[in-house]
Amino acid sequence: MSLLEVRDLRVSFGRRKIEAVRGVDFEIAEGQRLGVIGESGSGKTVTALALMGLLPDNATATGSVRLRGNEIIGAPEVALARLRGDAVSMVFQEPMTALDPTMRVGRQVAEVLRLHQGAESGPARDRVVSMLAEVGLTDPTRIADAYPHQLSGGQRQRVVLAMALINSPDLVVCDEPTTALDVTVQALVLQKLDEVLTASGAACLFISHDLAVVSQVCDRVLVMLDGEVVEAGTVAELFTDATHPYTRGLVATARLELTRPGQRLPTVEDFYAPEARLGERA
Amino acid sequence: MKRAQLVTGLVLVSAVVITAIVAVFWTPFDPVRVVAGQRLLPPGWPHVLGTDGFGIDIASRLMVGARTILLVGIISVGVAAVVGVPLGMLAGQAGGWVDEVVMRVSDVVYAFPALLLAMLLAAIYGGSTATAMIAIGVATIPAFARVARAGTLQVMASDFVLAAKASGTSRWGVARRHVLPNIAPLIGVQASVGFAMAILAEAALSYLGLATPRPNPTWGNMLRDAQNFLFVAPLQALWPGLAIALAVLGFNLLGDGLRDYLDPRLREVP
Amino acid sequence: MTEPLYRAEQLTRRYRNGGTEVLALDNVDLTIEPGRRLGIVGESGSGKSTLVRLLAGLDRPTSGRIWFEGTEITSLPERRLGFLRAAVQMVFQDPRSSLNPRMRVGDIITEPLRSRLVRRQLPGGVDHATRLAEVLEAVDLPADSGGRYPHEFSGGQRQRIAIARALAPKPEILIADEPVSALDVSVRAQVLNLLTDLVAAQGLTLIVVSHDLMVVRHLCDQLAVMRAGRIVEQGDTETVYTRPGTDYTRALLAAIPRIRTAG
Repeated sequence: MSLLEVRDLRVSFGRRKIEAVRGVDFEIAEGQRLGVIGESGSGKTVTALALMGLLPDNATATGSVRLRGNEIIGAPEVALARLRGDAVSMVFQEPMTALDPTMRVGRQVAEVLRLHQGAESGPARDRVVSMLAEVGLTDPTRIADAYPHQLSGGQRQRVVLAMALINSPDLVVCDEPTTALDVTVQALVLQKLDEVLTASGAACLFISHDLAVVSQVCDRVLVMLDGEVVEAGTVAELFTDATHPYTRGLVATARLELTRPGQRLPTVEDFYAPEARLGERA
Repeated sequence: MKRAQLVTGLVLVSAVVITAIVAVFWTPFDPVRVVAGQRLLPPGWPHVLGTDGFGIDIASRLMVGARTILLVGIISVGVAAVVGVPLGMLAGQAGGWVDEVVMRVSDVVYAFPALLLAMLLAAIYGGSTATAMIAIGVATIPAFARVARAGTLQVMASDFVLAAKASGTSRWGVARRHVLPNIAPLIGVQASVGFAMAILAEAALSYLGLATPRPNPTWGNMLRDAQNFLFVAPLQALWPGLAIALAVLGFNLLGDGLRDYLDPRLREVP
Repeated sequence: MTEPLYRAEQLTRRYRNGGTEVLALDNVDLTIEPGRRLGIVGESGSGKSTLVRLLAGLDRPTSGRIWFEGTEITSLPERRLGFLRAAVQMVFQDPRSSLNPRMRVGDIITEPLRSRLVRRQLPGGVDHATRLAEVLEAVDLPADSGGRYPHEFSGGQRQRIAIARALAPKPEILIADEPVSALDVSVRAQVLNLLTDLVAAQGLTLIVVSHDLMVVRHLCDQLAVMRAGRIVEQGDTETVYTRPGTDYTRALLAAIPRIRTAG
């Protein structure tokens, strides 16, 4: 049995029932890492929110999302709350908004631990500090006593990473976790993510618009376009024999280094024209 | 849900406005002439809401009261916005000592209650609709200045203002094209809330006899008159009280609904 | 000897942030020749954005001086900076925040033409409608875009609008502060191609700020690497890229995410 099974997931918004996700199927095995790429509006974030049970009130989800056999779609909030943080956790794009600005970060990480394991505060503190060290933060005791605004973007994102991993969840969902960061910091955070995932054996769903970033963490990738999965395969397969023209476009745009400086860069439209997209929809 | 708020607010506010306009041309009975033989009639026909202690038709007095309240609201909110918004924008855009001076003066005015100002003006000029309007208006200036300043600071920190500066747009151009349109929803909401506050303040002032004097009817002095007959004719107090409550609710709901409607960024979301 | 376009001497800029003082720029010297394409790279907090804001006259240095075409701009009052405002235009990182959501695209693009400071610099009168049509075509946006609002456009299209606004007053220099880092990788190429074409077609001098060395390498022929308020390495882009002179530059290069095909 797979860890996560998504079958014909459809999510629509508002009274007009605009479909953002239109029949998505995939599964993730224990310890497997799956990347999802697509541009903004392709439905990748909505998919992630659906499998966390975090969709906004005006969204309607149908189909099935099973985590360890537990159905998420339509499950009561109490059951979802138990799963979140315990079996599945999430890393958001913007670490500043994911952290409470009025609380020391050590306490915030400990809070997650207490909520799900009912740990005592003494041992919890030790566990928090060692987790902060694990995500590569130097001087973790000092960091634990700091407020979010006293940390840099990269430090904050690693605190969020620590929060997501401290309960050793089976699945970590990362939604553009490094988009708000500088390249050097991004490289570090990705490397740490890779290390802690390997150490804990957790599975990961990694969402990004950047194929190069996804390939640092995942070997299998789904390509989303207009709410549908148009291609699935390993990173290597996408390079050599992508079947969908949109995928070929994404692969081409992800590699700036192949074009001589100043020469025209390939664009997605060279492979997959917007007219064709409109035609396909109609 | 949001839409329901806006619609309810609009209905209530329109009711007040239409009543006030009709009252300019027509009321079922004379709203000031005392009719000794018809005192304290219960609701019925032809006096739909009954008559008061002077035998005057309550419905007619309420209609004229709507006129007064609307006039007071428009003038006082108008005064407050016309003075407060430019001051707040000036403070937010100029910063430094200009900001300090404007905001400290505004604090002083803010600390001075409208009631006290109204009493002062009433003592000098005699209580009238005009003194009430001025007192309420002046007392509301700081609220508008604060809202305008907060909004201005936010807009001034945005990249599009930086872009405008980079292309040589003058302070006046930035204020007119960037700051004002972006703080307009805030001002609209504040105006609506200010209107509700003005209605309450006017009611309180005329209840205390510091605004529109009798025999001209206002909801506040009707409430005061009704007090004398509270045990004989309790409905007398209900009508002006209900009118005040519904009008205040209407303007508050309108303010909330307006905020969402005026924001084009919120409108694109289904 | 001809005067360089920009010459900056010992630029220092300090900020007060709460109680602490931040040294954003520390004794920076820089010259930019006309027609060059200069890339400034570094991490956030390295002072690269501060430097270009000083060059654009949007901020004043704590000490040091800047000459633009031989005129010192650091001592001039705002009302005499018209020549600079007309000649230098900026494109910002995030088009969602650099375009006023309550203005129509046409008004946004022609705003630089309305400025009295800039108008004085433009020979004869410029017809707004004509210029709007010209720049919309130059950035490859539909001719009827002028009447619509920014939120009706995608991220890449909004950045084109921002570029069109920068082109409207026919500047000599375009300063782009992280022009593609808020965009999806899939639309990044379009905007980079557009910038390359425009710079070539209109003979612009280009200054690009980015944390991404690949972007700068693609757009620029000269490179300055900044760290902690100082320029730590400077030179020809290809040389710096292939033979970096400092460990810091090597670290920046190593950090560029490359596609990894084996798990």
